Amino acid sequence: MNRRARLVLFVVGAAAVAWLFVPAVLDLPEFGGTFHPYRDAAVAAGVAHATANIVSAVNYDQRALDTLGEETILLGSVIGAAALLRPSEEEREQTEVPEGGRPLEAVRLVGHLLLPVTLLIGVDLVVHGGLTPGGGFQGGVVLGTAVHLLYLAGRYPALERLRPVPLFDVGEAVGTAAFIALGLAGVAAGGAFLANVLPLGTFGSLLSGGTVPLLSAAVGIEVASGVVVLLAAFFEQALRVERR
Amino acid sequence: MTAVIAVALTLVAVTATAVVLTPDPARQAATLSVYVLVLSVLFFVLQAPDVALAEIAVGTAVTPLMVLLTLRRLRRDR
Repeated sequence: MNRRARLVLFVVGAAAVAWLFVPAVLDLPEFGGTFHPYRDAAVAAGVAHATANIVSAVNYDQRALDTLGEETILLGSVIGAAALLRPSEEEREQTEVPEGGRPLEAVRLVGHLLLPVTLLIGVDLVVHGGLTPGGGFQGGVVLGTAVHLLYLAGRYPALERLRPVPLFDVGEAVGTAAFIALGLAGVAAGGAFLANVLPLGTFGSLLSGGTVPLLSAAVGIEVASGVVVLLAAFFEQALRVERR
Repeated sequence: MTAVIAVALTLVAVTATAVVLTPDPARQAATLSVYVLVLSVLFFVLQAPDVALAEIAVGTAVTPLMVLLTLRRLRRDR
């Protein structure tokens, strides 16, 4: 397609989007106003299922199917990136990682100190996702990145021992499978995929919200493993792989 | 509250411009982290702490790390 045809196509497309988008934006409720029909519906539905964090009620209960879709997209992206980053025929992998420069003592100290703290924050975000801001995705990313503080502290071999990649390959599959299994349990017990069939518990207690904490934990396992596998592929390319 | 939102929005615009105007990709990874932190403050001010947490986790750690590791590989081949 030549430049002129592309420009014509762009102008037609942009005009069509503007024709639909501009009136839609102009008709939106005022910024900071009090008219929130979705909030009113979502809060009522979340409270009815004893889920204190309404965002998690939306993510893991009301719209859990959307979360399954997002989780599957993440899984596909990680698989795709890991497949693309495999050493090609013109490349070879070294067994020894070349010694990098030693980081500052202060960086090493902070890295080692923050590793357990960050892991704890990640677990806290996953476990309390149904009650306070956070949840499987946020906590999973924190957990998946936390282990890499060891690399910042200058110890790549220690990082490799802390996160054996095959284990996290399995973790990614197990997390996704657990989400689908909980969805199928909903079909068996409640007649709908991802129906919230477990006892709802007391509003505000740790295990309230029925399936919400379990689905959050499944997403946490999947996301944490996915981040580790993804970054491991980048680390291998950066530190081990070189041209023949 | 409106003043806090205005300040946060202005900071987002300023730091986003700084990211675009940073020429070296390695430095850009650092300015990007700062921009993401400011953006998550905006999300927090707008009462979306869940989104702020997701933004901080992905934008300040995973993305810059991927950029820096990619640059390290590319520079080694030169």
